[in-house]
Amino acid sequence: MEILVCVRRVPDTSENEIELNRAGNDIERDELVYSINEADNYAVEEALQIAARVGGTVTVATVGSEDDEEVLRREMAMGANRGVLISDDAFSGSDGRGIATILKAFVEQGHYDLVLTGVQAEDGGAQVGGMLAALLDYPFASLVTSIEPLDAKKLKIGREIAGGNKEMNEIDLPCVLSIQTGINEPRYVGMRGIRQVAGVPIPTFGAKDLGIGACAVGEAAAKVRRVDYFVPALGKGAEILRGTREENVDKVLELVAAKGGLK
Amino acid sequence: MARIFAYIVHKNGVVDDSAFELAAAARKIDPAAAPTAILTGSGADLDAACAALGASYPEIWKIANDALAYPNAELVRKALLKVLPSDSIVLVAHDHFGIDLAPGLSIQLNAAFVSDVVDISGVEAADLKVVRQEFGGQVSTQVRCNVATGAVVTIRPGAFKALEGAAGLVAGNVIEKSSEVGTLTAGRRYLETVVADAGDVDITKHNVLVSIGRGIQEKDNVAIALELAEALGAAVSCSRPVVDAKWLDKSRQVGSSGKTVKPKLYLACGISGAFQHLAGIKGSPFLIAINKNPKAPIFQVADIGIVDDILEFLPELTNKARELRSVAAK
Repeated sequence: MEILVCVRRVPDTSENEIELNRAGNDIERDELVYSINEADNYAVEEALQIAARVGGTVTVATVGSEDDEEVLRREMAMGANRGVLISDDAFSGSDGRGIATILKAFVEQGHYDLVLTGVQAEDGGAQVGGMLAALLDYPFASLVTSIEPLDAKKLKIGREIAGGNKEMNEIDLPCVLSIQTGINEPRYVGMRGIRQVAGVPIPTFGAKDLGIGACAVGEAAAKVRRVDYFVPALGKGAEILRGTREENVDKVLELVAAKGGLK
Repeated sequence: MARIFAYIVHKNGVVDDSAFELAAAARKIDPAAAPTAILTGSGADLDAACAALGASYPEIWKIANDALAYPNAELVRKALLKVLPSDSIVLVAHDHFGIDLAPGLSIQLNAAFVSDVVDISGVEAADLKVVRQEFGGQVSTQVRCNVATGAVVTIRPGAFKALEGAAGLVAGNVIEKSSEVGTLTAGRRYLETVVADAGDVDITKHNVLVSIGRGIQEKDNVAIALELAEALGAAVSCSRPVVDAKWLDKSRQVGSSGKTVKPKLYLACGISGAFQHLAGIKGSPFLIAINKNPKAPIFQVADIGIVDDILEFLPELTNKARELRSVAAK
């Protein structure tokens, strides 16, 4: 099975506190630690496991800039056969539809049986996978938490629905699936693994290579754009205990006892 | 102003709470809006759902089709494409079905798409102005969405105050749209729903929950929470990252994709407070949050907050709780 996984490099929220910049028009990006979007990493692991079971190759692609090569290399170190950077000045400012349009052009240059994305990026809208499927006229399923190849033409998939329940579907190939976190246990990638793929060339595809007209993508074509960022004031806010740790422990236990715990 | 539609989710003849929240969202886009509800399904359940909308929608479009008895997003998209006028604004709840349905629908309608909207500021020229959140709610962003060729907008459940029949409105007319749809087939076919395992501990039955999140950092640290729960007479629950990492069973997860709990007291330990998690906490429990990040969104909704490292704070809490209990026992 030929599998394409579309990934993104995003600020890592477990490593950063996201704050506004001084102008208030963006988040403070100078000191941010970036990594692969969490759900995308699960998607790559899933692709590798499917390829190991039924044979095939795994290609990892991202729409971005040279900075994003580091996440492609990380996923190649996990075992992806090929990393591809899709990059062009004309792509900047694209909205979700723009990114999906670019990916569609890339998909059509290959022969992929299965296209995976992460369900959502930290700063994204859970949109590109569903849009890409519609542009390609492929079947689509979101929030996928299990994949079982049935034969060369279809998969059995599970989707996460409410209450921890799982919706089982049969889906025809080729299709697009957006992968939910927790579907598998992504393998560890060490520095050694990343060094081993450091020299592997990463081909770059631009607008011309993909036959994408400038007016179809980028800022000019975007129907949706961010105006600014702000920090929301939700609710009344907690009363923050500012005592010593010992005082705070006592206070919490007092509250716990008052609310019916500690019995 | 474009016509506004709301796709209504329903099950066993009962409409989802989001139906009334979408009605409210429609009126935030346009206070004079007369939004139209669209329901797909089949049989008596569909009729009951149409009737349950009351006066929230002046007009209700009903699409009955045996293929739509179970809501398969691909089939629903095909049905909607047959009936929706061009340039419509379509509202959909941002839940597991909306995530499946909406992005593809926007492509097929050649409409703009904006997802998981938490507030709407109105319309200015061709732009719909909405608010979204990013990075698990740590920051919000104002977004402009050009609706000149229509839009598909998904609305966060719980973000808009439900509108159940505005004053002066009468129950909506049900308009039969089934004949416009025809035969539907899809490349994806629903098989069955697998109900979640009950698990070893039923977190929905406990009055006090010690709930852990990403801040627990590694599997071995889960014992810290289990010990505290034992000392407090509580159960341990968790947020999604703990289940994703396989440190606790799925049956312990609180949230929109896990369990809904109604404790009296909820200790959120190392939990950032993403809305998907908060959506699983009902009944307004007293909420104590312990998190080393002072900017964690959980502090905005908690009653009491402590900025501290749970890996150090919780063991001290456990020791003190054990002391108190042993004194009480004497």
